[in-house]
Amino acid sequence: MPSAESAADALRSPGPRLRRCATLYLRLVGYGFRKHAAYWAAAAAGAFTNTVFGVLRAYVLIALWRSRPGLGGYDVTDAVTYCFLTQAYIGPMQVFGGGLELPQRIRSGDIALDLVRPASLQLWCLSEDLGRAIYLFLARSVPPTIAGALLFGIVTPGDAGTWAAFAASFLLGVVVSFGWRYLVALASCWVLDDRGLSVMSMVLTTFFSGLMLPLVLFPGWLGTLARSLPWAAMVQVPADVYLGKTGVAGALAFQGFWALTLLGLGALATTAARRKVVIQGG
Amino acid sequence: MVSPVRTYALLAWTWTRAAAQYPLSFTLMTLGGFVLGGLDAAVIWVIFANTTTLGGFGLSEVMFLYGTAGLAFSVGDLMFSNLDRISQHIKAGTFDAMLVRPVSPFVQVATDRFVPHRIGRVLQGALVLGIGLSGVHVPLERAWMIPVMVLSGIVIFTAIWALGGAAQFLLTDAPEVANAFTYGGGTLVQYPLSVYGDNLVRGVTFVLPLAFVNWQPGLYVLDLEDPLDLPHWLRFLSPAAALALALVAGLAWRAGIRRYRSTGS
Repeated sequence: MPSAESAADALRSPGPRLRRCATLYLRLVGYGFRKHAAYWAAAAAGAFTNTVFGVLRAYVLIALWRSRPGLGGYDVTDAVTYCFLTQAYIGPMQVFGGGLELPQRIRSGDIALDLVRPASLQLWCLSEDLGRAIYLFLARSVPPTIAGALLFGIVTPGDAGTWAAFAASFLLGVVVSFGWRYLVALASCWVLDDRGLSVMSMVLTTFFSGLMLPLVLFPGWLGTLARSLPWAAMVQVPADVYLGKTGVAGALAFQGFWALTLLGLGALATTAARRKVVIQGG
Repeated sequence: MVSPVRTYALLAWTWTRAAAQYPLSFTLMTLGGFVLGGLDAAVIWVIFANTTTLGGFGLSEVMFLYGTAGLAFSVGDLMFSNLDRISQHIKAGTFDAMLVRPVSPFVQVATDRFVPHRIGRVLQGALVLGIGLSGVHVPLERAWMIPVMVLSGIVIFTAIWALGGAAQFLLTDAPEVANAFTYGGGTLVQYPLSVYGDNLVRGVTFVLPLAFVNWQPGLYVLDLEDPLDLPHWLRFLSPAAALALALVAGLAWRAGIRRYRSTGS
């Protein structure tokens, strides 16, 4: 984390503690944004790939909804909109996993430095991750959605209320995604080979978030289970809020519950990691 | 100079032995690939839990198309997908070292950090193909096409990876663009092409010949009408399409290497 020294200045600056903390974390959001903005070509390439996959998946969904109109309470346009929204979430929600520097820092031992900083490791990572999400929203969410609207036509909510609810739901989706990825990353403190874990996380997230297919299509108990797990809060729920297919209060409460649960588990895991890490040499 | 095939086998085997030093990790990663590939099959299963036909095709026919596509794609992925790491070699300067060795750079890039656990996806593709085949009636006089189409598909995907690698000589900062064509192509042919728009199907028939991986020969094996009414003889052209694309890819790869100027030091 090259931004550490200059960000830590915020803690030393005069003023009440709360304000100093707010300055620190806001600064980290900015650094996260700038760190990812440096790789604009990679983000553009990602947006292109997301658009191509959006087109392919849209055709499959159109074929399915042609044979079963109204399936799951969606019409064809809803399904196409859902498809491009989910492609737009891949960047900010980091649906394929990763996005945090934590595993490398655990392997290299730099985590010892992060743990003795006078700032919460979890909030530090969350701030940087929010900055990353804001940049990727602009670079990798907006272009595929516009492409989908031009190529197939998508639903756009007419009222400001839905847009506000969607913004809140989107943000909560990013926080839930962070909560999960932070736990997976911190697990590298205990598991020596983290690749197996990240593959498992990717399997769970891509399938149970609703990225590959809307969860409304999952039959019976599998559907009930999938819609109550945290991954649904990353993709399915924000998409349903956008499409107006779900009660806003219930949806936000569901996402809030998982955000708090995962962040709480992450805080416990951070405390445990602090006890687990042994600094060698001196 | 040693034959490229022998060098390829030697280098790939070296990396396989290295991976086998960590048997638990190797087993888990192979299993992971199997499960990850299985997700696409699970998607098909969920779709058919909601409908009986997709684009005019039943479950077994879609599984057959998915299986042939999955097998061809995953063998290409196992053997040659490391070609898409060439921009990393260019940036790190390791590509220069490859150019001075007396071994084809193509073989070196393809085998560098060879990932043997990708065999998991090959097994998964083969399994789905077996399940699909058990549900469709294919007489022996048409079954000969199945190995031909899988081999042609492997060549087509390998050529796309080589084209993607060649493009990275120009797009060193954005190697992910190639993913849209390699992984995108692999995803496109998982479904009957009848679900896609007509122009897209014409594009992947006459420009980037993905339709020859499993769609045109698959119509022959399953003895079905072409929804687009394209000529019947296209069904037998997979090997020719594969060779033509391989030729283009080979030329592009050579042009890329010729154009390459090291940054020096």
